[in-house]
Amino acid sequence: MARHRNVRNRNYSDDYDYDDVYGHSVEEDSCLSPSDTAQWMYDRSRNQQAISNFLDNHNDIQEEAEELPEPSVRTLDRRESMDLRGLNLNEEDEAKLMSCLDELRNVLGDTIPENILVQSVLTHKFNYNKALDEILNNKSKDEGKCKPQPAIQVPTVLIEPIKAPILTTGDKTPKVIATKIEPNKVAVIKGFKIEDENIKSCPQTPRDQSPANRERTPSRLEQADENKVIIKIKENKSDPNTQFLNERGSDKDHLYIVVIGHVDAGKSTLMGRILCELGEVSQRTLHKYEQESKKIGKQSFMYAWVLDETGEERVRGITMDVGRAQFETKTKKVIILDAPGHADFIPNMITGAGQADVALLVVDATRGEFESGFELGGQTREHALLVRSLGVNQLAVAVNKLDTTNWSQERFDEITKKLKAFLKQAGFKDSDVTFVPCSGLTGENLVKNSTEPELLKWYSGPSLLEVIDKFNVPQRLVSKPLRLSINDIFKGTGSGFCVAGRIENGVINKGDKVLVCPTKEMAEVRSLSINDLVSNVAFAGDQVSVTLSGVEMQNVSIGYILSDPIQQVPVTSRFEARLVVFNVKVPITKGFPVLIHHQSLVESANIIKIKALLNKSTGEVLKKKPRCLGNNSVAVVDIEVCRPICIERYKDVKELGRVMLRVAGVTIAAGLVTDIFTT
Amino acid sequence: MKLVFKNIEKDGSGSIALIPEESEDMWHAYNLIAEGDSVTASTVRKVQIESSTGSSSSNRVRTTLTISVETIDFDTQACVLRLKGRNIVENQYVKMGAYHTLDLELNRKFALHKPLWDSVALERVEMACDPAASADVAAVVMQEGLAHVCLITPSMTLVRSKIDVNIPRKRKGFVQQHEKGLNKFYDAVMQGILRHIDFSIVKCVILASPGFVKDQFFDYMIQQAIKTDNKLLLENKSKFLLVKASSGFKHSLKEVLQEPSVLNKISDTKAASEVKLLESFYTMLQLEPAKAFYGKKHIERANEAMAIETLMISDKLFRCQDIQKRKEYVSIVDSSRENGSDVRIFSSMHVSGEQLDQLTGIAAILRFPMPELEDSDGDDSDAESD
Repeated sequence: MARHRNVRNRNYSDDYDYDDVYGHSVEEDSCLSPSDTAQWMYDRSRNQQAISNFLDNHNDIQEEAEELPEPSVRTLDRRESMDLRGLNLNEEDEAKLMSCLDELRNVLGDTIPENILVQSVLTHKFNYNKALDEILNNKSKDEGKCKPQPAIQVPTVLIEPIKAPILTTGDKTPKVIATKIEPNKVAVIKGFKIEDENIKSCPQTPRDQSPANRERTPSRLEQADENKVIIKIKENKSDPNTQFLNERGSDKDHLYIVVIGHVDAGKSTLMGRILCELGEVSQRTLHKYEQESKKIGKQSFMYAWVLDETGEERVRGITMDVGRAQFETKTKKVIILDAPGHADFIPNMITGAGQADVALLVVDATRGEFESGFELGGQTREHALLVRSLGVNQLAVAVNKLDTTNWSQERFDEITKKLKAFLKQAGFKDSDVTFVPCSGLTGENLVKNSTEPELLKWYSGPSLLEVIDKFNVPQRLVSKPLRLSINDIFKGTGSGFCVAGRIENGVINKGDKVLVCPTKEMAEVRSLSINDLVSNVAFAGDQVSVTLSGVEMQNVSIGYILSDPIQQVPVTSRFEARLVVFNVKVPITKGFPVLIHHQSLVESANIIKIKALLNKSTGEVLKKKPRCLGNNSVAVVDIEVCRPICIERYKDVKELGRVMLRVAGVTIAAGLVTDIFTT
Repeated sequence: MKLVFKNIEKDGSGSIALIPEESEDMWHAYNLIAEGDSVTASTVRKVQIESSTGSSSSNRVRTTLTISVETIDFDTQACVLRLKGRNIVENQYVKMGAYHTLDLELNRKFALHKPLWDSVALERVEMACDPAASADVAAVVMQEGLAHVCLITPSMTLVRSKIDVNIPRKRKGFVQQHEKGLNKFYDAVMQGILRHIDFSIVKCVILASPGFVKDQFFDYMIQQAIKTDNKLLLENKSKFLLVKASSGFKHSLKEVLQEPSVLNKISDTKAASEVKLLESFYTMLQLEPAKAFYGKKHIERANEAMAIETLMISDKLFRCQDIQKRKEYVSIVDSSRENGSDVRIFSSMHVSGEQLDQLTGIAAILRFPMPELEDSDGDDSDAESD
């Protein structure tokens, strides 16, 4: 419902109209939500109009300002006058102050709020040098508050390695300016409006000195100064890598691992057990689970309950949504995503796998169980294919419940052999797949090497935890433009609402402006938290929850992308993809209705054109415009989605260039986006 | 629909008068009326009368007009048919050649004159006037956060309401938010059912979803009904039918309609048989690709060889603006019927019809394989893609 609102074409200036009405107080708009109100209050103070217009004493001040000899930009005019109004200066002093301020700004850029400048100029009796010294000294004192300005002759104090947290007014400005480059952004419209008004009037309110105003004021100044803008943007761009090193260099690497496998293979139990052994679950909780699970006669589920938290999941004894937990190994901080194994919940599993770097495939070694999971239609097969198509290339296979076969080597080898052949076919390299015999319920060979004599007879390899520790962490693309795919939306504790998702590319800072796509609404990042810990900055690969302000909760839905406002994510409803068709019951033809899974997004789509059938290994065109696509074929097709979605070419952003096609609960194909049509 | 009279000359021209009785009849009328036909119906028109003194007054008069149809608009949601065209019969109030827009109304007679009544059109009249064919089924396809409340009539599937709600995922310590969101969603679906489904008409209500959503929802609904003492729901509890579907999107209705338990209840609706037929086409395409074809060129050639066993054609093709094209399609239908093949006209308002539309709108299962067709390249598919 809310999604259908055509927000993209909305004229933002309309929304701000009421700001222009004199004496219109925000409180009168009772329909506003608190988060909005916050925004409007903020805006109103920028449109300094209200009472000021009724004061006539500053008309002449304005004129003074305009007559200033400084060839400074128009936009400055009213900014100057506003601060002066409250100070009751005479004309001469005012002119002095004006020129001092301009000098200061030339040096400092806009990192320092205007009222501080004024303050210091006044205290030093219009002595520019002294004032500058004082400001700079203050600035270096509260370290990390401001970013150095390059390309200006600043005292050396300022040039120091950029450290997080750099979330300050200064840091914020480039983002705001950025919007100027895109002509249809909120901030810009506002900015222009004000400039127009400048010429006519010089309204002032005491609010100008309010802290809310500080952040915006410098930005307005900057809009006029294109050169500075470019410098700043560049600087901001080279930044993330160093920022990443500073922030994470010393830390353990974060590794996201998705746990997959057929239903009842023991995924949750295995993970629950590992968490328990590593001491991530308190004894008391565990005891509680033991008692409760005993009560309903499912004691074997006690470890699984660590991850299966909803009542529904516990009663039914299956995982339904992706469970999440973390632990640390010697070299890594591991976040596990416990995917549901049931065929009905594959959409959830795809969401989980889309966020993962590596996968852990759990298979049940019990006779008959492995076979049923592995045969056509079993989840072992489908999950493995899915994670491979989602870009996971390192895989650990936990051959679980081996205790039920009395740690038989034969059984282990049999399973290994079958799986190896299949995984190779699915596209996993042999060297990237590790097999580990273990038992989740008894805890054998999970954290410590096994003590089971039967197993020791033939197995001397690593334990499961060691295997996990050995995974390579993929490179994080922190320097690319921001892309964050939303997979959850919820009300946070404070104001605003939270979205959770994985950063595919780039960096997100507290205070950043981000574009919510495909609706293309601007939002501001209020706060960030990674794994429930508040943070000031988050990098590609992180699973974060972001508190947003500036957009309505109902205008955001799962599958949306938070994007960099300058380098936006493409939004389209039609794209070309290279499909790899899996085993299908009926062939794919033109007009085939499918469900498209893209990150956490599920949307219905149609294959509207089959362009060419390709050779599986060489990629040559076998046949143009084939009538249909059968099993295991590779083809180029055009896909049309019912609603516009955010998608990237595979070569640009890998994670956002992958799609899964599903029909009637079965994954029929995986695709890579090769071209995007603008609609 | 009631047939009032039928005057058809030997050359195929003539007129038929009909009285639409329910909203679905509008759909039939929409499929019958083509551009260039003339329609006579009673309508309301604002007429300006200038008196001898020069003062003018305007008032609305009800009058019967005959127009030559130029544009046809059909609103699928409200089932309203609107015809625009020039007046061609002299009238007390309206000049010849003046434009008028007719709104066809329920229970009011309209007469349709066509220069040529072809077999497809006549068949449509017959079908529309068949009183036995009305069996309404309501279906709710859902998944967590998304639901479609649909009404399935013999020739239409109408999405009455679409519910799209964000449900927060479960997360450590915040399970109640997930459950709250879920309840809100169930509540919205329940309101949708109460608002859009008329239990006095509907034979059964299908609840379809993956996983346990349908069971949870059904429990929730009954609980709520008991709580609020909603007699309507409690009395009709037996009409609900829970089946499995793979998702909450509209096209999963196709799976629902293939479910044997559903087929038992709605055996006489067109929707289910169409789904089944299309499915058999796809199976044939998989097993014996040389016996299943789609696209006009292929079908025409198969028809020449008298190879068509079952012809599937979407009614959208008969609504096309181009009279010549329509004639071609009608001739395919006629000649293949002569050859003893089974011709099914799919309703483009059903999910299966929508799919067939995408698949060029025409497809056939053949009696014998024609591999030579397969080899002839499909240059034509471009022309038919739209």
